[in-house]
Formats: sequence, structure tokens, C-alpha cells
Amino acid sequence: MGGIITKGTSIKPRSGNKPPRVCETPSGMLNSIGLQNPGVEYFAENDLPFLKKFDTAIIVNACGSTVEDYIEVCKILDTLDIDGVELNLSCPNVKEGCMAFGSSYEGVKEVTSKVRKVLNKPLIVKLTPNVSNIAEIAKGAEDGGADGVSLINTLLGMKIDIEKRKPVLANNTGGLSGPAIRPVAVRMVYEVAQAVNIPILGMGGIVNGEDAIEFMLAGASAISIGAGNFQDPYTSINTIKQIEEYMEKHNIENISDIVGKVTMN
Amino acid sequence: MPEVVKAKLIEKEYLKPDIVRFKVEAKSIVETAKPGNFLEIRVSETTVPFLRRPISIYNLNKDEGTLEFIFQIKGEGTKLLSNKEEGDLIDIIGPLGMGTFKFSSYNKIAVVGGGIGVFPLYELSKEAKEEEREVNIYLGFRSKDYVVLEKEFKGVSDKLVLTTDDGSYGIKGFAINELEKDLEKEKIDCIYACGPLPMLRAVKKLAIEKDIPCQISLEERMGCGIGVCLGCAVKTARSSDENPEYWHVCKGGPVFRAKDVDI
Repeated sequence: MGGIITKGTSIKPRSGNKPPRVCETPSGMLNSIGLQNPGVEYFAENDLPFLKKFDTAIIVNACGSTVEDYIEVCKILDTLDIDGVELNLSCPNVKEGCMAFGSSYEGVKEVTSKVRKVLNKPLIVKLTPNVSNIAEIAKGAEDGGADGVSLINTLLGMKIDIEKRKPVLANNTGGLSGPAIRPVAVRMVYEVAQAVNIPILGMGGIVNGEDAIEFMLAGASAISIGAGNFQDPYTSINTIKQIEEYMEKHNIENISDIVGKVTMN
Repeated sequence: MPEVVKAKLIEKEYLKPDIVRFKVEAKSIVETAKPGNFLEIRVSETTVPFLRRPISIYNLNKDEGTLEFIFQIKGEGTKLLSNKEEGDLIDIIGPLGMGTFKFSSYNKIAVVGGGIGVFPLYELSKEAKEEEREVNIYLGFRSKDYVVLEKEFKGVSDKLVLTTDDGSYGIKGFAINELEKDLEKEKIDCIYACGPLPMLRAVKKLAIEKDIPCQISLEERMGCGIGVCLGCAVKTARSSDENPEYWHVCKGGPVFRAKDVDI
């Protein structure tokens, strides 16, 4: 396994949204956690030492409400013993920041370039799928100086309790993740791969090796797994094994040989 | 430490048409499990339903390395789980939850349960009895048809009071009211409760009024069950609108001191 990406970390602690925050949906789940996190200082003191015990790269997902928030948190992250930052310009569950910046080419380029100035570590920008043209947004990250993009974050959704005639989530809407969103994610990875030259970290409903290979063929240089871990904590390990089996079966020496190698009909 | 195990189902019993008891072989879980811990159970080999089902532990048989859990068939997931037959393997993560029932120096305890919330109270009562504590149990059900485990709870208590909302069995009314009456004449060192939210609120209120320590087991919609997704939030009592603060049922709980949480 190449690395672990943390949940969103902000300059100040965030309490998150009111419960219920999660609910199950077909082949997936909705969440409206609202970026609950103890803040970057707490992370540095308490969580990072634990994560450093593992022999793998540690990438911190950074979030904020204003451009200044992103800059401040990244200034601190740049001083920590971590391997990179994933800039969260895509959380659908908070009022300010995040998706607001992530929804336009200009917004993404602006935040990315400002963060780039204070961050020497590798910078990945995480993109929201809740836009009309994700390739254009990815271009904003590339033009802003990102080393890579990751996609997709969750798709905005809603579930209604028909007895109460109210949304199940206290926040009304939430982000959809899990296998339900995989085809959308694969399509978007393909579109972004056609538009940018920086590497893509693909995600969205991956639960096994077959899913991972799909993303790589679509253009992802690496993949990550989130919700899949909830179903089975061994999902990542099994996925790696299954990727290796696929490589053996197809005489693939280096997995990067298949990146973007889908042939369109 | 929680373990991921493929536990063999060795006993399956329907307590009611929609209430099932499973006994499984899960030595590594049983070794470290405490009263109040829960399990995350995978109910499908596919991604539908996607999430595991959080289910509380009913009984630990430490000598034989087995544990029992009881669940109500409520939806698609629990229906699938109920289709498992003796001999089948069940994918279980457990024991989960760092907040478990604690006895401290409480020698005389009251256990209050409502409906399907009574299940995790059995192991608690059993261990309390094994440690020679005095255990008064108050269980409330909707009506006679819903009463379960009377004999079992009788076996782990010094006193068992059963109530039904409609009076069709036991005393008519709520279990909490019977505890309240007894508190007029008896001293209780700690109250333990699990059940529907209105019941837990009443228990908390009573405990605070009488200044009795109180531990309650909570439920909330869960994503992961292992403290990762931060989904199952519960507001802390010291939380305010300006400074909201949330703990998580799967990690800090499921058992909390009643005075610490805003329910």
C-alpha cells in the first residue's frame, strides 16, 4: 500500500454537523459529517505519531472555509513529517469553502496557486464531481501548480424518510459514496485524463482489484479506497492482491503500463 | 483489540417471529469483550446492503469461546442475516466500543431496559451477579407479545420487574416508574439502561434528580463502527450552540455516563 490519506484537517477544530450524519443507500452511503476534526495542531501532536508507526506515506487532507484557512493549514502541514497534502476543494457538506472554491476553474486555480506558494511538499487537489465540466476544474488545479489531482469526492444526494416526510440526514443533503458512484467516477477520471498532464489519484466506490484496474485503465496512476474499508477492513490488502493477480494473468510487468490504456469504442 | 473473524453459527433460535438469537464461535472476540461492547456484522457478500450491521452482544460464554447476539429483523440487512443457518460462517468485527458498562464500587445496581434494548443488559447483569453485586432489573415491553428473555433475566437478578405499556403482562406502565417507586425505599448505587430514547431521557432525568450515577447505552446510525467515518455523532452535555461538541457512539460509546451526553 502506497499511503494513507487522512480525513479533512483544518486550521482550527471543527465540530461537524448534527446527527444523523450517515445513512445507507443502494450500494453506498450518504454522509454529512461536516469535516469534524480536532484541528491541525492536535493532529500533529496526537494522530501523526500514530500514523508514523506504519511504513507507508502519510498524506493529509486539508480543508478550510476561506483561502486564508487553506494557506494557514498548509503552512503548518509543510513543517510536519508528512509526505504530501491533498487539498479538499470538494466537500459538499459545509456552507463555506470547499466545494464553493472547487466548482470553478478560477476558484480552483486561485486556491491551488496560493497554497502552492507556501507548500513545498507534493500537492494533490481533490475535485468535486458536482460540476458540469470536471476536466476544466482539473485544468484549474494543474494551472495552479498542483502535482496531481484526486477524484472523485462524493456526489451530492438526499434520502427521504417517507413516514416522517423529512430527509434522513439532519443536514438534509449529504455526499454519496460507495460502489453506487463508481461508473460516474470512472467516466470523470477518463475525462480528466484527457485534459491534464499531471497524475490522477482515482477513487469512488472501489472495493476490489477489478474496480481498481478500471480506474487505472481510465487514466488513474493510483487509486484510493474509502467507504470500501467500512464493509471490509481488508479491502485495501485484497485489492492489492487482486491487482497483482491481474498483472500476472496479463503479463504486466509494471502497473503504470496500463494507466490510461482504455481504448474507446 | 477488535478482531475480524469468520465466526461459525452454532445455534439459531427464533425468540419471536422477528427476533432471532445467534450463538457463534468467536474465541478471540470473547476473550476481550466487555458488557456493553457491540459487533459489526457483514450481512451480504455483495455491496448490497453496503454497510455492516451494528449489533450488541447479549451473552459471552468465556469458558467455551462463544458469544450470543439477538437481533430484530427490521429491514433488508437483518433479514439477510436471519437467513444464515447453523454451520454458516459470519463475518464479524468485534468487540467494538471503548465505552462499556463499568461497575466501579457499585454494589447494588438497577438495570433498566426497554423493548429490543434489553439485549446488551443481560451480559452486564450476569457479570454483576457473578461478582456478587445486588441486581434489580426493570424491563418494559409494549405488550405481552413483545416480552422476551424473562427467564434469562430472572436468572441473573435479585429482583425482576416486568412492565407492559398496556398492562397485558406484568405491571401496567413503564419500567422507569417502577424503579422510581423503589428508589423511595431503597438505595441504588448505579443505574444502567438501554432502550428507546424517551426511556433513556426519563432514566437520565431520574438519575440526575436522585443524584445516582447512571450509564446508558446509545444507538445512532453508523457508517463504519470503528471510529473512522465519524458518522454516529452524539452531542455532549457541555456542548452549546456556539461551541457544539460531538462524541461518537461507536468509539467513545456505546455506553456513556448519562450526565455527559445530550440526548
